[in-house]
Amino acid sequence: MTKMHLKLTVNGTAVDCLAEPRELLIHVLRERLNITGPHIGCETTHCGVCTIDMNGKSVKSCTVLAAQADGATITTIEGLSAPDDLHVLQTMFREHHGLQCGFCTPGMIIRAWRFLQENPDPTEEEVRFGMAGNLCRCTGYQNIVKAVLAAAAEMNSAKEAAQ
Amino acid sequence: MIPAPFTYHRPADIASALKILGEYGDDARVVAGGHSLIPMMKLRLTAIDHLIDLQGVESLRGIRVSGRDIRIGAMVTQAEILADRALAAAVPVLAEAALQIADPQVRNLGTIGGNVANGDPGNDLPALMQCLDATYEIEGPGGPRDVAARDFYDSAYVTARADDEILLAVRFTAPEGGAAYVKQKRKIGDYATAATAVALVKSGGKCASASIAMTNLADTPVWAQDAGAALVGTDCSPAAVKAAVAAMQEAISPVEDNRGPVDFKRHVAGRLLAEAIATAWSRA
Ligand SMILES: Cc1cc2nc3c(=O)[nH]c(=O)nc-3n(C[C@H](O)[C@H](O)[C@H](O)COP(=O)(O)OP(=O)(O)OC[C@H]3O[C@@H](n4cnc5c(N)ncnc54)[C@H](O)[C@@H]3O)c2cc1C
Ligand code: FES
Ligand code: FES
Repeated sequence: MTKMHLKLTVNGTAVDCLAEPRELLIHVLRERLNITGPHIGCETTHCGVCTIDMNGKSVKSCTVLAAQADGATITTIEGLSAPDDLHVLQTMFREHHGLQCGFCTPGMIIRAWRFLQENPDPTEEEVRFGMAGNLCRCTGYQNIVKAVLAAAAEMNSAKEAAQ
Repeated sequence: MIPAPFTYHRPADIASALKILGEYGDDARVVAGGHSLIPMMKLRLTAIDHLIDLQGVESLRGIRVSGRDIRIGAMVTQAEILADRALAAAVPVLAEAALQIADPQVRNLGTIGGNVANGDPGNDLPALMQCLDATYEIEGPGGPRDVAARDFYDSAYVTARADDEILLAVRFTAPEGGAAYVKQKRKIGDYATAATAVALVKSGGKCASASIAMTNLADTPVWAQDAGAALVGTDCSPAAVKAAVAAMQEAISPVEDNRGPVDFKRHVAGRLLAEAIATAWSRA
Protein backbone atom coordinates (compact mmCIF):
# COMPACT_ATOMS: atom_id res chain seq x y z
CA MET A 1 0.00 0.00 0.00
CA THR A 2 1.27 3.47 -0.79
CA LYS A 3 2.90 5.24 2.08
CA MET A 4 2.59 8.92 2.71
CA HIS A 5 5.21 11.32 3.85
CA LEU A 6 4.23 12.47 7.35
CA LYS A 7 5.59 15.67 8.84
CA LEU A 8 5.20 16.07 12.59
CA THR A 9 6.68 18.11 15.39
CA VAL A 10 7.30 15.70 18.25
CA ASN A 11 8.55 16.99 21.58
CA GLY A 12 9.84 20.14 19.98
CA THR A 13 11.66 18.49 17.10
CA ALA A 14 10.51 18.44 13.50
CA VAL A 15 10.43 14.84 12.29
CA ASP A 16 9.25 13.12 9.17
CA CYS A 17 8.62 9.53 8.28
CA LEU A 18 6.81 7.34 5.82
CA ALA A 19 3.64 5.63 6.98
CA GLU A 20 0.49 4.20 5.50
CA PRO A 21 -2.48 6.52 6.00
CA ARG A 22 -4.32 3.77 7.91
CA GLU A 23 -1.63 3.26 10.53
CA LEU A 24 -2.61 4.39 14.01
CA LEU A 25 -0.70 7.32 15.43
CA ILE A 26 0.37 5.25 18.45
CA HIS A 27 2.05 2.78 16.09
CA VAL A 28 3.75 5.57 14.16
CA LEU A 29 5.12 7.01 17.39
CA ARG A 30 6.25 3.71 18.89
CA GLU A 31 7.40 1.79 15.85
CA ARG A 32 8.52 4.40 13.35
CA LEU A 33 9.77 7.15 15.66
CA ASN A 34 10.85 5.06 18.67
CA ILE A 35 8.77 7.16 21.04
CA THR A 36 7.76 4.35 23.37
CA GLY A 37 6.52 6.39 26.35
CA PRO A 38 2.88 6.24 25.26
CA HIS A 39 1.71 2.64 25.64
CA ILE A 40 -0.89 0.47 23.95
CA GLY A 41 -3.50 -1.05 26.24
CA CYS A 42 -7.02 -1.62 25.01
CA GLU A 43 -6.52 -0.21 21.50
CA THR A 44 -10.25 0.59 21.62
CA THR A 45 -10.31 4.19 22.91
CA HIS A 46 -11.15 3.22 26.48
CA CYS A 47 -8.07 2.97 28.71
CA GLY A 48 -6.14 6.14 27.87
CA VAL A 49 -2.60 4.69 28.17
CA CYS A 50 -1.94 5.89 24.62
CA THR A 51 -2.82 9.48 25.58
CA ILE A 52 -0.59 12.13 24.03
CA ASP A 53 -0.90 15.87 23.56
CA MET A 54 -1.78 16.77 19.97
CA ASN A 55 -2.13 20.41 18.90
CA GLY A 56 -2.67 21.43 22.51
CA LYS A 57 -5.26 18.79 23.36
CA SER A 58 -5.16 15.43 25.11
CA VAL A 59 -6.07 12.69 22.65
CA LYS A 60 -6.00 8.91 22.54
CA SER A 61 -3.43 8.15 19.87
CA CYS A 62 -4.85 4.67 19.21
CA THR A 63 -7.83 6.43 17.66
CA VAL A 64 -6.04 8.88 15.39
CA LEU A 65 -5.01 7.77 11.92
CA ALA A 66 -1.47 8.54 10.82
CA ALA A 67 -2.86 10.59 7.95
CA GLN A 68 -5.03 12.72 10.25
CA ALA A 69 -1.96 13.59 12.33
CA ASP A 70 0.04 14.90 9.37
CA GLY A 71 1.23 18.40 10.32
CA ALA A 72 0.46 17.98 14.02
CA THR A 73 2.45 19.18 17.00
CA ILE A 74 2.79 16.38 19.51
CA THR A 75 4.03 16.16 23.08
CA THR A 76 4.51 12.83 24.82
CA ILE A 77 5.79 11.97 28.28
CA GLU A 78 9.32 12.13 26.84
CA GLY A 79 8.82 15.82 26.12
CA LEU A 80 8.09 16.90 29.69
CA SER A 81 11.65 16.82 31.01
CA ALA A 82 15.21 15.88 30.15
CA PRO A 83 16.11 12.19 30.70
CA ASP A 84 17.98 12.88 33.95
CA ASP A 85 15.46 15.37 35.24
CA LEU A 86 11.88 15.05 36.47
CA HIS A 87 8.88 17.23 35.76
CA VAL A 88 7.05 18.27 38.93
CA LEU A 89 4.20 15.91 37.99
CA GLN A 90 6.66 13.02 37.78
CA THR A 91 8.14 13.98 41.13
CA MET A 92 4.71 14.12 42.73
CA PHE A 93 3.65 10.78 41.24
CA ARG A 94 6.77 9.30 42.82
CA GLU A 95 6.32 11.03 46.17
CA HIS A 96 2.64 10.16 46.50
CA HIS A 97 2.90 6.63 45.11
CA GLY A 98 0.74 7.58 42.14
CA LEU A 99 1.88 4.42 40.35
CA GLN A 100 2.41 0.75 41.01
CA CYS A 101 3.10 -1.21 37.81
CA GLY A 102 3.52 2.08 35.94
CA PHE A 103 1.77 0.98 32.77
CA CYS A 104 -0.85 3.75 32.88
CA THR A 105 1.57 6.40 34.09
CA PRO A 106 2.81 7.99 30.83
CA GLY A 107 -0.81 8.55 29.77
CA MET A 108 -1.83 9.74 33.23
CA ILE A 109 0.97 12.27 33.45
CA ILE A 110 0.64 13.71 29.96
CA ARG A 111 -3.12 14.06 30.54
CA ALA A 112 -2.53 15.67 33.94
CA TRP A 113 -0.02 18.03 32.31
CA ARG A 114 -2.65 19.33 29.90
CA PHE A 115 -5.42 19.22 32.50
CA LEU A 116 -3.47 21.49 34.86
CA GLN A 117 -3.05 23.99 32.02
CA GLU A 118 -6.80 23.91 31.43
CA ASN A 119 -7.56 24.13 35.15
CA PRO A 120 -4.51 25.21 37.20
CA ASP A 121 -6.25 25.08 40.58
CA PRO A 122 -8.65 22.12 40.49
CA THR A 123 -10.72 20.53 43.23
CA GLU A 124 -10.39 16.81 43.88
CA GLU A 125 -13.64 16.21 42.01
CA GLU A 126 -12.41 18.20 39.01
CA VAL A 127 -9.23 16.12 38.93
CA ARG A 128 -11.26 12.91 38.91
CA PHE A 129 -13.53 14.20 36.15
CA GLY A 130 -10.66 15.66 34.13
CA MET A 131 -8.70 12.41 34.35
CA ALA A 132 -11.72 10.18 33.65
CA GLY A 133 -10.38 9.05 30.28
CA ASN A 134 -7.39 7.31 31.90
CA LEU A 135 -7.81 3.97 33.62
CA CYS A 136 -5.49 2.47 36.22
CA ARG A 137 -5.79 -1.15 37.30
CA CYS A 138 -3.41 -0.88 40.25
CA THR A 139 -3.65 2.19 42.41
CA GLY A 140 -7.35 2.70 42.98
CA TYR A 141 -6.76 6.29 41.78
CA GLN A 142 -6.47 7.75 45.29
CA ASN A 143 -2.77 8.44 45.06
CA ILE A 144 -2.96 9.58 41.45
CA VAL A 145 -5.44 12.25 42.47
CA LYS A 146 -3.22 13.23 45.41
CA ALA A 147 -0.20 13.48 43.11
CA VAL A 148 -2.03 15.70 40.62
CA LEU A 149 -3.32 17.98 43.40
CA ALA A 150 0.15 18.18 44.93
CA ALA A 151 1.67 19.04 41.54
CA ALA A 152 -0.94 21.77 41.07
CA ALA A 153 -0.10 23.25 44.48
CA GLU A 154 3.62 23.08 43.74
CA MET A 155 3.26 24.68 40.32
CA ASN A 156 1.02 27.43 41.71
CA SER A 157 3.40 28.34 44.53
CA ALA A 158 6.33 28.35 42.09
CA LYS A 159 4.29 30.72 39.89
CA GLU A 160 3.53 32.98 42.86
CA ALA A 161 7.16 33.00 43.95
CA ALA A 162 8.18 34.05 40.44
CA GLN A 163 5.84 37.04 40.50
CA MET B 1 -6.90 -3.41 15.13
CA ILE B 2 -5.64 -1.54 12.10
CA PRO B 3 -8.14 -0.37 9.47
CA ALA B 4 -8.07 -1.80 5.95
CA PRO B 5 -6.19 0.33 3.41
CA PHE B 6 -7.79 3.45 1.99
CA THR B 7 -6.81 6.51 0.01
CA TYR B 8 -6.69 9.63 2.14
CA HIS B 9 -8.00 13.03 1.08
CA ARG B 10 -7.81 16.29 2.99
CA PRO B 11 -9.78 18.87 0.99
CA ALA B 12 -9.52 22.54 1.96
CA ASP B 13 -13.12 23.49 1.23
CA ILE B 14 -16.63 22.09 0.93
CA ALA B 15 -16.69 22.22 -2.86
CA SER B 16 -13.60 19.98 -3.08
CA ALA B 17 -14.95 17.65 -0.41
CA LEU B 18 -18.26 17.29 -2.28
CA LYS B 19 -16.41 16.71 -5.54
CA ILE B 20 -14.39 13.81 -4.09
CA LEU B 21 -17.51 12.41 -2.44
CA GLY B 22 -19.37 12.64 -5.76
CA GLU B 23 -16.53 11.02 -7.67
CA TYR B 24 -16.23 7.92 -5.48
CA GLY B 25 -19.85 7.59 -4.33
CA ASP B 26 -20.45 4.65 -2.02
CA ASP B 27 -16.73 3.93 -1.74
CA ALA B 28 -16.02 7.25 0.00
CA ARG B 29 -16.75 8.46 3.53
CA VAL B 30 -16.04 11.66 5.37
CA VAL B 31 -14.25 11.56 8.71
CA ALA B 32 -14.69 14.27 11.33
CA GLY B 33 -13.25 13.45 14.78
CA GLY B 34 -13.13 9.77 13.85
CA HIS B 35 -14.26 8.64 17.27
CA SER B 36 -17.18 6.64 15.97
CA LEU B 37 -15.81 5.86 12.52
CA ILE B 38 -12.24 4.75 13.34
CA PRO B 39 -13.37 2.15 15.91
CA MET B 40 -15.67 0.69 13.22
CA MET B 41 -12.85 0.75 10.66
CA LYS B 42 -10.51 -0.96 13.12
CA LEU B 43 -13.05 -3.73 13.61
CA ARG B 44 -13.36 -3.85 9.81
CA LEU B 45 -17.10 -3.36 10.12
CA THR B 46 -16.95 -0.63 7.51
CA ALA B 47 -15.04 -0.84 4.26
CA ILE B 48 -13.95 2.53 2.95
CA ASP B 49 -11.78 3.03 -0.12
CA HIS B 50 -11.59 6.81 0.06
CA LEU B 51 -11.49 8.62 3.36
CA ILE B 52 -12.22 12.34 3.17
CA ASP B 53 -10.90 14.18 6.22
CA LEU B 54 -12.89 17.35 6.93
CA GLN B 55 -10.32 18.87 9.33
CA GLY B 56 -9.07 21.32 6.68
CA VAL B 57 -12.52 22.70 5.85
CA GLU B 58 -12.58 25.98 7.76
CA SER B 59 -16.21 26.81 6.94
CA LEU B 60 -17.40 23.85 9.04
CA ARG B 61 -16.03 25.42 12.21
CA GLY B 62 -17.41 28.17 14.36
CA ILE B 63 -20.22 28.71 16.84
CA ARG B 64 -22.65 31.56 16.28
CA VAL B 65 -24.90 32.80 19.08
CA SER B 66 -27.09 35.73 18.14
CA GLY B 67 -29.73 36.18 20.77
CA ARG B 68 -31.54 32.86 20.88
CA ASP B 69 -30.47 31.85 17.36
CA ILE B 70 -27.74 29.25 17.54
CA ARG B 71 -25.66 27.82 14.70
CA ILE B 72 -22.89 25.33 15.35
CA GLY B 73 -20.57 24.22 12.55
CA ALA B 74 -20.42 20.45 12.01
CA MET B 75 -16.68 20.29 12.87
CA VAL B 76 -17.06 22.00 16.24
CA THR B 77 -15.83 19.52 18.84
CA GLN B 78 -17.72 18.52 21.94
CA ALA B 79 -14.92 20.12 24.00
CA GLU B 80 -15.34 23.39 22.08
CA ILE B 81 -19.06 23.32 22.89
CA LEU B 82 -18.17 23.03 26.58
CA ALA B 83 -15.62 25.84 26.37
CA ASP B 84 -17.92 28.40 24.69
CA ARG B 85 -19.33 30.71 27.36
CA ALA B 86 -21.89 32.48 25.20
CA LEU B 87 -23.24 29.11 24.09
CA ALA B 88 -23.33 27.76 27.65
CA ALA B 89 -25.21 30.86 28.78
CA ALA B 90 -27.74 30.64 25.94
CA VAL B 91 -28.24 26.84 26.00
CA PRO B 92 -27.03 25.35 29.28
CA VAL B 93 -28.69 22.04 28.44
CA LEU B 94 -26.31 21.54 25.51
CA ALA B 95 -23.29 21.70 27.82
CA GLU B 96 -25.14 19.46 30.29
CA ALA B 97 -25.52 16.82 27.58
CA ALA B 98 -22.08 17.28 26.01
CA LEU B 99 -20.40 16.82 29.39
CA GLN B 100 -21.99 13.39 29.66
CA ILE B 101 -20.45 12.19 26.40
CA ALA B 102 -17.50 9.84 26.84
CA ASP B 103 -14.39 11.35 28.48
CA PRO B 104 -12.16 14.43 27.97
CA GLN B 105 -9.95 12.86 25.29
CA VAL B 106 -12.91 11.68 23.22
CA ARG B 107 -14.66 15.06 23.52
CA ASN B 108 -11.47 16.78 22.30
CA LEU B 109 -11.81 15.13 18.89
CA GLY B 110 -15.47 14.08 18.65
CA THR B 111 -17.58 16.68 16.82
CA ILE B 112 -21.22 17.69 17.02
CA GLY B 113 -21.57 16.94 13.30
CA GLY B 114 -20.21 13.41 13.67
CA ASN B 115 -22.35 12.83 16.73
CA VAL B 116 -25.61 13.75 14.99
CA ALA B 117 -24.76 12.46 11.49
CA ASN B 118 -23.52 9.08 12.72
CA GLY B 119 -27.00 7.63 13.25
CA ASP B 120 -25.98 5.51 16.24
CA PRO B 121 -28.97 5.42 18.61
CA GLY B 122 -26.46 5.51 21.48
CA ASN B 123 -25.28 9.02 20.60
CA ASP B 124 -26.54 11.63 23.04
CA LEU B 125 -26.92 14.77 20.94
CA PRO B 126 -29.53 13.53 18.43
CA ALA B 127 -32.28 13.24 21.07
CA LEU B 128 -31.40 16.67 22.42
CA MET B 129 -31.56 18.08 18.89
CA GLN B 130 -34.99 16.49 18.41
CA CYS B 131 -36.12 17.90 21.74
CA LEU B 132 -35.00 21.39 20.66
CA ASP B 133 -36.47 20.94 17.16
CA ALA B 134 -33.08 21.60 15.56
CA THR B 135 -32.46 21.86 11.83
CA TYR B 136 -29.53 20.16 10.11
CA GLU B 137 -27.98 22.08 7.22
CA ILE B 138 -26.83 19.63 4.58
CA GLU B 139 -25.14 20.16 1.24
CA GLY B 140 -24.89 17.83 -1.72
CA PRO B 141 -24.44 18.06 -5.49
CA GLY B 142 -27.91 19.61 -5.74
CA GLY B 143 -27.01 22.44 -3.36
CA PRO B 144 -27.84 23.02 0.30
CA ARG B 145 -31.01 21.84 2.03
CA ASP B 146 -32.42 21.77 5.54
CA VAL B 147 -33.65 18.64 7.32
CA ALA B 148 -35.38 18.69 10.70
CA ALA B 149 -33.65 16.56 13.36
CA ARG B 150 -37.08 15.03 13.98
CA ASP B 151 -37.17 13.77 10.36
CA PHE B 152 -33.50 12.79 10.05
CA TYR B 153 -33.24 9.33 11.63
CA ASP B 154 -34.69 6.32 9.77
CA SER B 155 -33.05 3.39 11.58
CA ALA B 156 -29.66 2.60 13.10
CA TYR B 157 -27.00 4.28 10.92
CA VAL B 158 -29.60 5.07 8.26
CA THR B 159 -30.44 8.76 8.01
CA ALA B 160 -31.98 11.25 5.61
CA ARG B 161 -28.48 12.30 4.54
CA ALA B 162 -27.59 10.85 1.13
CA ASP B 163 -24.13 9.32 0.62
CA ASP B 164 -23.00 12.28 -1.44
CA GLU B 165 -24.09 14.91 1.08
CA ILE B 166 -22.18 16.60 3.90
CA LEU B 167 -23.65 18.03 7.08
CA LEU B 168 -22.59 21.67 7.33
CA ALA B 169 -24.09 22.82 10.61
CA VAL B 170 -26.74 22.36 13.25
CA ARG B 171 -29.15 25.24 13.84
CA PHE B 172 -31.78 25.77 16.52
CA THR B 173 -33.51 28.30 18.71
CA ALA B 174 -32.36 28.25 22.33
CA PRO B 175 -35.27 27.01 24.41
CA GLU B 176 -37.24 29.39 26.60
CA GLY B 177 -38.12 28.10 30.02
CA GLY B 178 -36.23 25.17 31.52
CA ALA B 179 -34.49 22.17 30.02
CA ALA B 180 -32.58 19.13 31.25
CA TYR B 181 -30.60 16.19 29.84
CA VAL B 182 -30.49 13.24 32.21
CA LYS B 183 -28.49 10.10 31.40
CA GLN B 184 -27.95 6.76 33.10
CA LYS B 185 -24.72 4.97 32.21
CA ARG B 186 -22.72 2.15 33.73
CA LYS B 187 -19.58 4.22 34.14
CA ILE B 188 -17.95 7.40 32.85
CA GLY B 189 -17.24 7.02 29.17
CA ASP B 190 -20.17 4.69 28.55
CA TYR B 191 -23.06 5.16 26.16
CA ALA B 192 -26.49 5.60 27.74
CA THR B 193 -28.45 2.73 29.21
CA ALA B 194 -31.15 5.33 28.74
CA ALA B 195 -31.20 9.11 28.58
CA THR B 196 -33.75 11.84 28.07
CA ALA B 197 -33.94 15.44 26.96
CA VAL B 198 -36.78 17.61 28.26
CA ALA B 199 -37.55 21.26 27.48
CA LEU B 200 -40.61 22.99 28.86
CA VAL B 201 -42.08 26.44 29.28
CA LYS B 202 -43.94 27.53 32.43
CA SER B 203 -46.56 30.23 32.29
CA GLY B 204 -48.85 31.22 35.17
CA GLY B 205 -47.87 28.11 37.12
CA LYS B 206 -48.86 25.80 34.25
CA CYS B 207 -46.82 24.06 31.59
CA ALA B 208 -47.36 26.01 28.38
CA SER B 209 -45.36 23.72 26.11
CA ALA B 210 -43.15 20.67 26.50
CA SER B 211 -40.85 18.62 24.29
CA ILE B 212 -39.40 15.24 25.22
CA ALA B 213 -36.91 12.98 23.40
CA MET B 214 -35.20 9.74 24.40
CA THR B 215 -31.72 8.26 23.74
CA ASN B 216 -30.79 4.60 23.13
CA LEU B 217 -34.29 3.20 23.67
CA ALA B 218 -35.03 2.30 20.03
CA ASP B 219 -32.99 2.00 16.84
CA THR B 220 -33.24 5.78 16.44
CA PRO B 221 -33.58 8.66 18.87
CA VAL B 222 -37.26 9.01 19.79
CA TRP B 223 -39.12 12.32 19.93
CA ALA B 224 -42.04 11.41 22.21
CA GLN B 225 -44.57 13.97 21.03
CA ASP B 226 -47.46 12.59 23.11
CA ALA B 227 -45.34 12.55 26.25
CA GLY B 228 -44.69 16.28 25.87
CA ALA B 229 -48.36 16.92 25.14
CA ALA B 230 -49.34 15.10 28.35
CA LEU B 231 -47.64 17.83 30.37
CA VAL B 232 -49.21 20.83 28.64
CA GLY B 233 -51.78 22.62 30.78
CA THR B 234 -50.70 20.75 33.94
CA ASP B 235 -48.53 21.89 36.83
CA CYS B 236 -46.26 18.85 36.28
CA SER B 237 -47.78 17.15 39.30
CA PRO B 238 -47.03 13.47 39.92
CA ALA B 239 -50.18 12.50 37.97
CA ALA B 240 -49.08 14.54 34.96
CA VAL B 241 -45.58 13.10 35.10
CA LYS B 242 -47.07 9.61 35.26
CA ALA B 243 -49.11 10.31 32.14
CA ALA B 244 -46.05 11.64 30.33
CA VAL B 245 -44.02 8.56 31.32
CA ALA B 246 -46.82 6.28 30.10
CA ALA B 247 -46.94 8.09 26.76
CA MET B 248 -43.13 7.88 26.48
CA GLN B 249 -43.27 4.10 27.14
CA GLU B 250 -45.58 3.78 24.10
CA ALA B 251 -43.03 5.56 21.90
CA ILE B 252 -39.86 3.64 22.79
CA SER B 253 -38.89 0.07 21.84
CA PRO B 254 -35.75 -0.91 23.74
CA VAL B 255 -34.05 -4.24 23.11
CA GLU B 256 -32.09 -6.39 25.52
CA ASP B 257 -28.30 -6.06 25.34
CA ASN B 258 -25.30 -5.86 27.68
CA ARG B 259 -26.83 -2.77 29.28
CA GLY B 260 -29.76 -4.79 30.54
CA PRO B 261 -33.08 -6.47 29.75
CA VAL B 262 -36.06 -4.63 28.27
CA ASP B 263 -37.98 -4.26 31.56
CA PHE B 264 -34.97 -2.73 33.25
CA LYS B 265 -34.45 -0.23 30.44
CA ARG B 266 -38.12 0.77 30.54
CA HIS B 267 -37.87 1.22 34.29
CA VAL B 268 -34.74 3.37 33.97
CA ALA B 269 -36.31 5.41 31.15
CA GLY B 270 -39.35 6.16 33.34
CA ARG B 271 -37.28 7.19 36.32
CA LEU B 272 -35.00 9.39 34.22
CA LEU B 273 -37.91 11.10 32.50
CA ALA B 274 -39.58 11.88 35.85
CA GLU B 275 -36.31 13.31 37.12
CA ALA B 276 -35.71 15.33 33.95
CA ILE B 277 -39.22 16.79 34.03
CA ALA B 278 -38.78 17.81 37.68
CA THR B 279 -35.40 19.40 36.91
CA ALA B 280 -36.61 21.23 33.80
CA TRP B 281 -39.70 22.44 35.69
CA SER B 282 -37.55 23.79 38.52
CA ARG B 283 -35.42 25.64 35.95
CA ALA B 284 -38.39 26.98 33.97
C1 LIG C 1 -14.89 5.40 24.22
C2 LIG C 1 -15.96 6.20 23.55
C3 LIG C 1 -17.09 6.55 24.27
C4 LIG C 1 -18.11 7.30 23.67
N1 LIG C 1 -19.20 7.63 24.40
C5 LIG C 1 -20.17 8.37 23.84
C6 LIG C 1 -21.31 8.78 24.59
O1 LIG C 1 -21.45 8.49 25.78
N2 LIG C 1 -22.26 9.53 23.95
C7 LIG C 1 -22.14 9.90 22.66
O2 LIG C 1 -23.01 10.59 22.15
N3 LIG C 1 -21.08 9.53 21.92
C8 LIG C 1 -20.10 8.79 22.48
N4 LIG C 1 -19.01 8.44 21.74
C9 LIG C 1 -18.96 8.81 20.31
C10 LIG C 1 -18.32 10.18 20.12
O3 LIG C 1 -19.13 11.20 20.64
C11 LIG C 1 -18.04 10.44 18.63
O4 LIG C 1 -17.09 11.46 18.60
C12 LIG C 1 -19.23 10.86 17.81
O5 LIG C 1 -20.23 9.90 17.84
C13 LIG C 1 -18.86 11.00 16.35
O6 LIG C 1 -18.24 12.23 16.12
P1 LIG C 1 -16.89 12.24 15.31
O7 LIG C 1 -16.59 13.66 15.03
O8 LIG C 1 -15.88 11.47 16.04
O9 LIG C 1 -17.36 11.55 13.95
P2 LIG C 1 -16.68 10.44 13.02
O10 LIG C 1 -16.36 9.24 13.78
O11 LIG C 1 -15.60 11.08 12.24
O12 LIG C 1 -17.91 10.17 12.05
C14 LIG C 1 -19.05 9.44 12.45
C15 LIG C 1 -19.97 9.23 11.25
O13 LIG C 1 -20.56 10.45 10.85
C16 LIG C 1 -20.19 10.79 9.52
N5 LIG C 1 -19.91 12.23 9.53
C17 LIG C 1 -19.11 12.91 10.38
N6 LIG C 1 -19.13 14.22 10.11
C18 LIG C 1 -19.97 14.39 9.06
C19 LIG C 1 -20.41 15.52 8.31
N7 LIG C 1 -20.01 16.77 8.60
N8 LIG C 1 -21.26 15.31 7.27
C20 LIG C 1 -21.68 14.06 6.99
N9 LIG C 1 -21.31 12.95 7.66
C21 LIG C 1 -20.46 13.11 8.69
C22 LIG C 1 -18.96 9.95 9.20
O14 LIG C 1 -18.86 9.67 7.83
C23 LIG C 1 -19.23 8.70 10.02
O15 LIG C 1 -20.08 7.85 9.33
C24 LIG C 1 -17.98 7.69 22.31
C25 LIG C 1 -16.84 7.34 21.58
C26 LIG C 1 -15.84 6.60 22.18
C27 LIG C 1 -14.65 6.24 21.38
S1 FES D 1 -4.80 2.03 23.92
FE1 FES D 1 -5.71 3.87 23.33
S2 FES D 1 -7.28 4.13 24.77
FE2 FES D 1 -6.48 2.18 25.30
S1 FES E 1 -0.06 1.74 37.98
FE1 FES E 1 -0.58 -0.15 37.10
S2 FES E 1 -2.18 0.43 35.75
FE2 FES E 1 -1.84 2.24 36.83
